[in-house]
Amino acid sequence: MDSKQLYQEVILDHNRKPRNYGKLDAATHSSEGLNPLCGDHIWLHLHVNDGTISGIAFEGQSCAICKASASMMTAAVKGKRVEDAEGLVGEFRSMVTGDLDVGAQPNHLGRLGVFAGVKDLPSRVKCAVLPWHTLHAALTSQQTTSTEGDQDPLAPGT
Amino acid sequence: MTVQALRQPPAGDATKPLDVERIRADFPILTNVRPHGKPLVFLDNAASSQMPQQVIDRLVRYQTHEHANIHRGVHYLSETATRAYEQARISVQRFLNAREDREIIFTTGTTEAINLVMHGYGRRFIGAGDEIIITYMEHHSNIVPWQMLCEEKGAVLKVAPIDDSGELIVEEYEKLFNARTKFAAVTHVSNALGTITPIKHLIDVAHSHGVPILVDGAQATPHLPVDVQALDCDFYCFSGHKVCGPTGSGALYGKAALLEKMQPFKGGGDMILSVTFEKTTYNTIPHKFEAGTPPIAPMIGLGAALDYLSAIGMDRIAAHEEALLAYATERMLEVGGVRIIGTARHKAAVLSFYVGEVHPHDVGTLLDEDGVAVRTGHHCAQPVMQRFRVPATARASFALYNTHAEVDALVAAVVKVRDMFA
Ligand SMILES: Cc1ncc(COP(=O)(O)O)c(C=O)c1O
Repeated sequence: MDSKQLYQEVILDHNRKPRNYGKLDAATHSSEGLNPLCGDHIWLHLHVNDGTISGIAFEGQSCAICKASASMMTAAVKGKRVEDAEGLVGEFRSMVTGDLDVGAQPNHLGRLGVFAGVKDLPSRVKCAVLPWHTLHAALTSQQTTSTEGDQDPLAPGT
Repeated sequence: MTVQALRQPPAGDATKPLDVERIRADFPILTNVRPHGKPLVFLDNAASSQMPQQVIDRLVRYQTHEHANIHRGVHYLSETATRAYEQARISVQRFLNAREDREIIFTTGTTEAINLVMHGYGRRFIGAGDEIIITYMEHHSNIVPWQMLCEEKGAVLKVAPIDDSGELIVEEYEKLFNARTKFAAVTHVSNALGTITPIKHLIDVAHSHGVPILVDGAQATPHLPVDVQALDCDFYCFSGHKVCGPTGSGALYGKAALLEKMQPFKGGGDMILSVTFEKTTYNTIPHKFEAGTPPIAPMIGLGAALDYLSAIGMDRIAAHEEALLAYATERMLEVGGVRIIGTARHKAAVLSFYVGEVHPHDVGTLLDEDGVAVRTGHHCAQPVMQRFRVPATARASFALYNTHAEVDALVAAVVKVRDMFA
């Protein structure tokens, strides 16, 4: 899929009408995610009850890829157990860095598989991954995360 | 026309406009590469420009007929290489119209040139409470070294503001000077906005306060004739890879009297006259600042690139690019929803823009699909982005080989992006 198709099929829709966009009252977990090179900047808020993500919302300024990724992520993990959401974080990251072939290997990504094409846009991988990093940070009670430094999905040796 | 016939630089006739098609034929990458099956429309020249066959040939000749270490051997090849390297220094001297070739220090680029001055001049002559003046539109490479110096010495960085069009507010710049001011470092052309600063005036103001001034010429040298004697600046820096030369090349011009007062930047071979464990005597300029084996081939390539541009004529290149920028600005403004960041009266070859509310990275990815290469991001000028309250911009930047038809291709691609997000 070329990038135009990627934009046309999912990104534009979620960019115009992001799901679960906004704040959450009395969130149990929150985190801020930054992609300093692009300027993507999002906040993620969660309700976690008995190990289940019962509520989730995001807000911020970002490019369309990041926003669509965040929007689809919130839809995908709402109602999921924390460990299953963490499993998706790992699978999504593997997919966009090219380590997981969603067509050939077992996975739980479903619709999120449309982001597989991002692996051919190396400069945009961080945009797609940022919401997922932020989810992981929120679930592990880190207040902020970034796509640089230790968290860089493309850094040598990671 | 045969390729061989093109290997000579096109003859410069200052009265004639550029024969852009003939120039394009000198740049093999423009036709060799078809991104996503589309003709390459390369508009990322402010980041790095392409290399003509004449420069590539010069590198090949050096590597196949002339290579040895320089300044070190008595043998034939070493002398040949040394001559070629020193000839390149003369090419830089001519290009900048420096008084003497020993006022040209080879560096790996603008960043290294600025750092050299920071270490060589700043660390020796700037102390606690002293002030250094820069502007709001500097590239990070003309901010961070001075911040490091201020941190080390307890000196203070003063920043001259810009207005909403991206022009330096000259009165504010003038007001920053006082008895504590010990150095100024300003850009000649802004890489993020395209603004051409009133550089001669900025230099005169600094000198009227007895303050030496460094000019970052990274974005000026590809587009404008530069005469360091007429400017009377103390230091002038630029990068080879932005003037159709190789990466790893560049130069610092410095007035001889200042360079002589400065301490070396790096220690090692070639920068010394004699070494004992008790005392080392430094070499004379320029060698004092060129420790170790330099990137010889890139510097020779740089000389060839400057000779190439000079043969065409920087006046003619400037005129061509000015026409291209005016055309691009007009066409882009016709596209509803496009906003131009940087609308100074005097601009060089840079068009930073926003398409509606579309994030510049999305613009860049989608333009690329149409073969149009632009830079997106903060352009290593985050203070400029903060000033204009944008996280990033898309930036088209032109070189001598760009055409009006390429501007049309850019505009057509931008219209598609706008419509896609509409
Ligand atoms: C105005 C300006 N100064 C300095 C630099 C740094 O040049 P280099 O990375 O070649 O050292 C650049 C390059 O982007 C620039 O545009």
